[in-house]
Amino acid sequence: MTKSFADVKAVAGLDLSVARGECFGLLGPNGAGKTTTIEILEGLTDRDGGEVSVLGLTWEKDADAIRERIGISLQDTQLNDKLSVFETLRLFRSFYRSGREPEALIEQLSLGEKRNARVGKLSGGQRQRLAVACALVGEPEILFLDEPTTGLDPQSRLQLWDLVVAFRSAGGTVLLTTHYMDEAERLCDRVAIVDHGKVIAIGTPRELISSLQGGSVVEFATDPPLPKETLAALPGVSEYRPHGPNWFLLVRALHETVPPLLLAVEAAGAKLVTLSTHQATLEDVFVSLTGRDLRDA
Amino acid sequence: MRKPSSPLYELTLVRVKEFLREPEAVFWTFLFPILLAICLGLAFRDKPADRTPVGVLEGPGSAELAARLSKSPGLTVRTYTEAAGGNALRSGKISLLLLPGPVFKLDPTRPDARLARLEVEDALRGANDRPATKIEEMKEPGARYIDFLIPGILGMNVLMAMWGLGFPIVNARLRNLLKRLSATPMKRWHYLLAQILARLFYLPIEVFAILGFARIAFDITVRGSVLALWALLLTGVFAFSGVGLLIAARTRTIEGLSGLMNLVMLPMWLLSGVFFSYERFPDAALPFIRALPLTALNDGLRAVINGGATLGEVTVSLAILAAWGLVTFVASVKLFVWK
Repeated sequence: MTKSFADVKAVAGLDLSVARGECFGLLGPNGAGKTTTIEILEGLTDRDGGEVSVLGLTWEKDADAIRERIGISLQDTQLNDKLSVFETLRLFRSFYRSGREPEALIEQLSLGEKRNARVGKLSGGQRQRLAVACALVGEPEILFLDEPTTGLDPQSRLQLWDLVVAFRSAGGTVLLTTHYMDEAERLCDRVAIVDHGKVIAIGTPRELISSLQGGSVVEFATDPPLPKETLAALPGVSEYRPHGPNWFLLVRALHETVPPLLLAVEAAGAKLVTLSTHQATLEDVFVSLTGRDLRDA
Repeated sequence: MRKPSSPLYELTLVRVKEFLREPEAVFWTFLFPILLAICLGLAFRDKPADRTPVGVLEGPGSAELAARLSKSPGLTVRTYTEAAGGNALRSGKISLLLLPGPVFKLDPTRPDARLARLEVEDALRGANDRPATKIEEMKEPGARYIDFLIPGILGMNVLMAMWGLGFPIVNARLRNLLKRLSATPMKRWHYLLAQILARLFYLPIEVFAILGFARIAFDITVRGSVLALWALLLTGVFAFSGVGLLIAARTRTIEGLSGLMNLVMLPMWLLSGVFFSYERFPDAALPFIRALPLTALNDGLRAVINGGATLGEVTVSLAILAAWGLVTFVASVKLFVWK
């Protein structure tokens, strides 16, 4: 699948398939082509090339049938401020041949107290839950969520995650985009890491992390910086690269690498400025693949 | 489970609610036309015919002359020195300055100056020199300026439907709401039609407000067929909603929308006979002016309200309005951008 805007290739030959009942995440930095990809799948953006099939149907032939069976939440939709929560849901419900009772959905999404509140008066988390409720009201088979928790407070994020988990355990398929690795690790059965409009890695979060040839990450900086020959000579280091002002080391085991590293710093007569270690995450997979952070890429 | 209501009904209902929850929109639709009619009604209320102010240059016999002119019911007279008289004439305080001779000093391009000349000539002439004509005064409703104005205001209010449609649509596009709706199985023409139906919903309120006020304040009644009146108003709303939809079909900013709306509305305000008759424009322009939807609506409304026309007598207006509505609605459905 490809898509260009003017001379920018937003999606440059992206190929993936999502199985029914799966929660699939597109993980990548801003501008990686996630939104373009998901909007092509939602039938909102025309692609330039390639093929798209949703529920075995195509947008060219069966657009109406697909729309009946998917629910979406766009990255940035402001629903009508002048309407109440209930009025909004009843409106969306009327578009679908079959679907959920708005009242029940309001209860399930803990919006009961806000049933008659105007959308304009809701908090960010409540609005986002309402947006998801609008996606669920048609009882979709696939739920498309574009950056569902961006800008939400931690509690609202958890509430939204619960919704996704509940939908998925009822047999639904979810496709979401995110630039939060913890969200992808927590929710997704499989993840595709997207950069510059291409899938650069795909698999379960566990697979992707174990593909790193090392379970831990050491980040440190010294004054003056250590030469890379010193790093290459350390035991258990499978990868090293500069990461901002720091060195980023992917290591097999911390106990194997950290003590020799400290000795090497001392031997070089350098001063340790920072040192941190953590279990490898999807973020590290992205850094390892691209040399950049998810956030600032 | 209850059967869900029809999407067209829901979309219309939602739009009506949205409108009623917008105090500014309510003001412009219901109160503004009445305030306008009150202002104009005050300006054009029944009062003795205006007297034309004229001046007489001070000098021998000027007092006599002034006294003679003052007897004329159409004139108010003051005497001036030469300098003061010149100033008064220039600034429009008087329409004519009478110099000895008699010489009339006036600006021939000003209509009030010509009127002043006729009045002064008439006053200077003896009673026996006047042609034997009689004047029959006309006072009944139907011929006053306010009679002309009220149908025009009603037409103008229907024209405002364009705003009422265009603004929320562009707003919804800006908020990505149109995009969100287009991702549902909602029929797209349902959305567009609902905007028009919602506008029809509050049409009766504004019509009763304006016509009720006209009746109480100016004793203006609908002389023709009420059926014809509603047919005109409904097709009028349809026509202007269509134009509004078309203007909003691809517009992405409120500024762009305002520009386009004004571009379309202002010429009609001027050309279509809201405040004065369009017959004053050059003959060559009349076919074009008559093809405008607001002209058709105003002509039709005047024919029914003032002229007592029946449904059969306003079919041309109805046809012009229906054509505008149909063409613009179909074009809007085709051209409408949802993102």
